[in-house]
Amino acid sequence: MIMNNEQNKSNIILKVKNLSFYYGAFQALKNVSLDIEANKVTALIGPSGCGKSTLLRCFNRMNDLFSNSKVEGQIIFDDLDIYTQSIDPVLIRSKIGMVFQKPNPFPKSIYDNVAFGLRINGFAGNYDEEVERALIQSALWDEVKDRLKDNAFSLSGGQQQRLCIARALAIRPDVILLDEPTSALDPIGTVKIEDLINVLKNDYTIIIVTHNMQQAARVSDKTAFLLSGEDRCGILIEYDYTQNIFSNPKMKETEDYITGRFS
Amino acid sequence: MNLNNSVFDSKRGHRLRTKIEGRVVNLFVSICAFITLVVTFAIIWNLLQQSIGFFSQVSIIEFFTEKRWSPILIPKSFGIAPLVVGTFLVTVISSFVAVPVGLAVAIYLAEYAPETVRKILRPVLEVLAGIPTVVYGYFALTFVTPLLKIVFPEMIIFNALSAGLVMGIMIIPFVSSLTEDALISVPNSLRQASYALGATRFETSIKVVVPAALSGIVAAFILGLSRAIGETMLVTIAAGATPKLTFNPIESIQTMTAYIVQLALGEAANGSIEYQSIYAVGILLFVITFSMNTLGHWIVKRWRNVY
Amino acid sequence: MSIDLKLNQNNLSRRKFIGIVFLAFCLLGVLVAMMGLISLLIQVILQGYEWVTPNLIFNYPSRHPEQAGLWAALIGTLYMMGLTALITVPIGIGAAIYLEEYAPKNWITSFIEINTSNLAGIPSIVYGLLGLSIFVYFLKLERSILAGSLTMSLLILPVLILASREAIKAVPSAHREAAFALGGDKWQVVKMAVLPTAFPGILTGVILALSRAIGEAAPMVAITALVYITFIPVTPMDRFTVMPIQIFNWVSRPQDDFRGLAAGGIIILLILLLSMNSIAVILRNKFQKRSEE
Repeated sequence: MIMNNEQNKSNIILKVKNLSFYYGAFQALKNVSLDIEANKVTALIGPSGCGKSTLLRCFNRMNDLFSNSKVEGQIIFDDLDIYTQSIDPVLIRSKIGMVFQKPNPFPKSIYDNVAFGLRINGFAGNYDEEVERALIQSALWDEVKDRLKDNAFSLSGGQQQRLCIARALAIRPDVILLDEPTSALDPIGTVKIEDLINVLKNDYTIIIVTHNMQQAARVSDKTAFLLSGEDRCGILIEYDYTQNIFSNPKMKETEDYITGRFS
Repeated sequence: MNLNNSVFDSKRGHRLRTKIEGRVVNLFVSICAFITLVVTFAIIWNLLQQSIGFFSQVSIIEFFTEKRWSPILIPKSFGIAPLVVGTFLVTVISSFVAVPVGLAVAIYLAEYAPETVRKILRPVLEVLAGIPTVVYGYFALTFVTPLLKIVFPEMIIFNALSAGLVMGIMIIPFVSSLTEDALISVPNSLRQASYALGATRFETSIKVVVPAALSGIVAAFILGLSRAIGETMLVTIAAGATPKLTFNPIESIQTMTAYIVQLALGEAANGSIEYQSIYAVGILLFVITFSMNTLGHWIVKRWRNVY
Repeated sequence: MSIDLKLNQNNLSRRKFIGIVFLAFCLLGVLVAMMGLISLLIQVILQGYEWVTPNLIFNYPSRHPEQAGLWAALIGTLYMMGLTALITVPIGIGAAIYLEEYAPKNWITSFIEINTSNLAGIPSIVYGLLGLSIFVYFLKLERSILAGSLTMSLLILPVLILASREAIKAVPSAHREAAFALGGDKWQVVKMAVLPTAFPGILTGVILALSRAIGEAAPMVAITALVYITFIPVTPMDRFTVMPIQIFNWVSRPQDDFRGLAAGGIIILLILLLSMNSIAVILRNKFQKRSEE
């Protein structure tokens, strides 16, 4: 595993320290260490089964929903290890949000979808303002401002995904996790989301899992490449600024992957 | 290439025999399926025919507005209201038990219960569902009524409350399994979205899953109540045989179904008005339960979310 | 933006508390259901166990509780169950095969399907009335066990069709495709590829439907008119009684002894049902195991 030393100057928001992850007896991740920089887009790439989605889901403790999951190591967020026993994952998730591969809006109105996170966290301010803000930030406002009461399923696939982003943004998380957010969308929808990511990183930190290398090259500032061997256990091969990964990779496995020698 | 000769030497006429067999079977299974239509037709025709005989002697207005039901004892009176109210009383009491408990059990099974608990609880519910209703009637009469008498000393042995409570227990498995099906059919992606926003399990269940499954849940309640309305032996044993227009649960009443049993036991002469009154009550019973079942199924069809 | 875990902690405690209260409510519901079943079983066993004697099983009903027994009702139940199975099983499986394998996808088929599920929801006493008019009076079968079995067949037909359809649906389409690819016609595919695989599931469905029939008293009351039956049916045209009716008869009498007899009869009935359901469950598990190999 190789890291770039210039990061001393940047602001680290999440520190992953020797993270290993197990589903029961099966080890999915081994000794992953990396630092996520604030207000940057970090991409996790690698062939299918390499553990990138598993790693992503460790950040907001979504893996806790599986009863036989086990974590070793730490993820430090604002001086606290999020896997400390006394911390309830529910709190983490209101600070680290997630958007899923297949758009999954609730069968409620557009307004209620965005307001959902605010409601359960007991938000006491002006709901209309926050809903509007979130929809503007996810580049959906102009398209839905006249029909906020409509059911979310009346939107197209791409619009639904932006609605899910708005829903996540409404509670002002510090970090947004994107799990292959465009793989279920058409090219136009994909472009819209990628443009969105470029704007969002000014206010949020973004970690994106993608199986599309060109997408990683387009949107991310830093890229982490994971690979799993025959034991199907994922390890971090290389983590560097995106332009370095793609034009001057230091590990042979990285080079093999980005030149398409294996997928 | 001659398609009629296969590579194998097949038995003479094998293909032909197979074909005939296939045709016969096709005919047979089609008839079987259409028998179900015949049954429905027969039920409706049967009820209508006898009821027409009844309503040619008793006006429909009297049937629905008269407040006394006394087809045998003089002075005769054919007002259905006491039987309907009796049925209604028992059903409402049963819903106070079955609806909250059914919902609670279903949510617990669908959203909370660990696998080991599910493995025990589901068979328990299946047993509850498989117990014949005479047994429930026996239970109401010999266990619940004496127990209730401690609380309500003026209660008579045959009463609506006892029957209603036990009826509620009886339809819990029915309501809870339909509700559970509705909850399970909500895709997991919605639960994940809710958790990812920082919701607790309770918030996810109540604010996301239950609303998404609402049409199925409402249908479960309607179908469960329809079941309660049509139930016969439990109320015959425990609720009484005195048609009375009352909303007091500790009194003795008679439901529509219990009346039918009472007359059936008495061997009313075929063609007499007492005999035909069974069918008049029967057709009303049929109309009520059929409407509720249709409503329940329609609600699921119309309001089910397509994901 | 920095995290302030402590601020959120207060809000979270309240939310978690509500969640715990709700879980307690759910568990209370589960408890009610289980207590209902347990108290029922305890009541039955306590009041009935001393009445479970050979007398109970082998004697005919009598005015004297110590001599009364279920024999007429037991034989009647078994006889009726056999006769009902003969009638309803071919029709039910046939209809299921039609709906799953032969029926074209048009409105007639949908209508039949809707109609079948409606039939399942019709109160059993209405079936009794149907049987009374058509089998007892119109077809002049009188109050015979044949009339009773015919009525019961109609009652459990929708249940059987539903269960059989499920079993047939569960056969993987790969089986059918392979059979078609080898040159089989429709019936050959059904007979040799689908039915053998679906058979255990169908058998389970049959057993469960019949166990439903054993417990149903209402339609049989309409057919038999519950005259005091002290003989066993021999021919299909004989009069008869069934166990739930006999139990009903005993429960309806005010003397405590008869209540005890009723409880004893219930124990026998529940044992019979338990055996049938156990067989069905064992079959179902065997079936699942085999299909997973």
